[in-house]
Amino acid sequence: MKVEAKALKYGDNINTDIIIPGKYLVIMDEEELGRHAMEGIDPVFSGKSRDGIVLVVGDNFGSGSSREQAPIALKNANVKCIVAKSFARIFYRNAINLGLPVLECSDLWSEVIEGDILTVSLEDGLIENGRIRRTFKAQPLPPFILDIIQSGGLLNKLKQSLK
Amino acid sequence: MNIVEKILSKASGEKEVTPGQIVDAKIDYAMINEITGYLVAKYFKDVGAKKVWDKERVTIILDHTIPAPTAQAAEVHRIVRDFARDLDIPGFYDVGRGGVCHQVMVEKGYVKPGEVIVGADSHTVTYGALGAFSTGIGSTEMTSVFITGRLWFKVPKVIRIDVAGEFDRFVGAKDLFLRVAKEIGFSGATYMGLEFTGPTVKNMSVSSRLTLCNMAIEVGAKSGIVEPDEKTVEYVKSRTSDPFTPLNGDSDAEYDRTLNINVDGLPSQIACPGAVDNVKPVSELGDVELDQIYIGSCTNGRIEDLQAAADILRGRQVNPRTRLVVVPASQEIFIDAMNKGLIQTFAEAGAAIATASCGACYGGHLGVLAAGETCLSTTNRNFIGRMGDPKAKVYLGSPTVAAASALTGRITDPNTLR
Ligand code: SF4
Repeated sequence: MKVEAKALKYGDNINTDIIIPGKYLVIMDEEELGRHAMEGIDPVFSGKSRDGIVLVVGDNFGSGSSREQAPIALKNANVKCIVAKSFARIFYRNAINLGLPVLECSDLWSEVIEGDILTVSLEDGLIENGRIRRTFKAQPLPPFILDIIQSGGLLNKLKQSLK
Repeated sequence: MNIVEKILSKASGEKEVTPGQIVDAKIDYAMINEITGYLVAKYFKDVGAKKVWDKERVTIILDHTIPAPTAQAAEVHRIVRDFARDLDIPGFYDVGRGGVCHQVMVEKGYVKPGEVIVGADSHTVTYGALGAFSTGIGSTEMTSVFITGRLWFKVPKVIRIDVAGEFDRFVGAKDLFLRVAKEIGFSGATYMGLEFTGPTVKNMSVSSRLTLCNMAIEVGAKSGIVEPDEKTVEYVKSRTSDPFTPLNGDSDAEYDRTLNINVDGLPSQIACPGAVDNVKPVSELGDVELDQIYIGSCTNGRIEDLQAAADILRGRQVNPRTRLVVVPASQEIFIDAMNKGLIQTFAEAGAAIATASCGACYGGHLGVLAAGETCLSTTNRNFIGRMGDPKAKVYLGSPTVAAASALTGRITDPNTLR
């Protein structure tokens, strides 16, 4: 499974209140949630991400609450993959369960500028930055996690198992 | 094995487990609130499920947006209420019946030592105070738990926090945790467990241990836990007649590391705006004027907290330059506070008192902040934008500091009150 898209880059410690502020938690329309993604740090994020992006972020991405509205908002803002230096635990699991690919890589961040085209290969965790012609290695995902992402999320797997 | 490993080994039927190992565990209880629960209700239908694995082991608690502040919130309530009714869930707590989900879980006897509990809310870590392994998960995983009653976990490494010494008057669990947060850092325990131990923790009330474990997630931890003792057993027995088997760690249990803290002479601690580990002793803050003081939440909205605050406020007035909002964590606490005369004390002091709920803790309603305002809050998060406008500032502190600060309108050490 390969993802190729432009990079958008932000820093460390982006918590769930930044990704989707509490006042939006009762919004049930997923596309509307997407329009408010990352509003706490970049009010025009969803405009920039419209054509599909790889989100490159620093340490501790997604800390704070268990609100699944955070990865839902990012997914609906057309985030194709998130590469962080590190993730907070609940966000990491939530993203995978929604079929949103997440990779941990500490070297990539400093070598990316907004607009770089990144090619991410999920099976082996390789991320290529075309502009500088360099490839970075992320921790590859364990097979059972890759399986959830490739199925399009845990719900699809549940659906199959209930059939 | 340490207590976390013991519980996970029992729940997964493995003889021995070690950190890093992935186990498939049997879940004893699963909890959702309306914010995470309406997604579970939706997903549950989407996948075509008809019933939960065990309706006695599921709780559904409305707390974040009660009573509904908007039509949209009311719609969310309706979906969750219908879901609870369709599934015939006995553990459903509607507006006015429960309060903050974590407090309800504990006081209604759903939390028992040695068990595994998941909640679709990050502060589910609170229940470790009663010797359970508990952690927060998202709505998709919760849908899976509702159907199967099982979930995978990676066995975490555990940091042991060994606490000695005696708290000064006005100082307690909140100050201890903030001190620990300063040491560990806000992401320093990511994917790990925190075990609180030592004579000071032994001497703590169940209520204080709940405060301590509640905040474990604020340093990224997967769980916070205190080994069960007589106090734990007595508390749980007063809340449920269900049988339970407390588990303790072995004497040769292994830990990632041990952090020693002595609380002798520890002054009240304050987390400054933006991050929970941005902690200073109250005396080093200088003059911080406050627009609002908030006492409540699953961290510090219990009767012990309200009592400590009321003892300072009794017979005095909230400073005219500021405002005080008090929100008991549960309906039971509200009634208790009424019977003890605390609600009257707060009201006479000029506080606004709201029904048991999450209130303004997450910036929802009942005391949300405007741009440029400053608040001292007894809650657990001071992220930018957490309690309202991103340009508002939130300081975190204990109920005694909150009460003293309400009297002066600025962050105040209760020891300096005359
Ligand atoms: S009181 Fe605050 S921290 Fe506790 S569950 Fe409610 S919103 Fe979350």
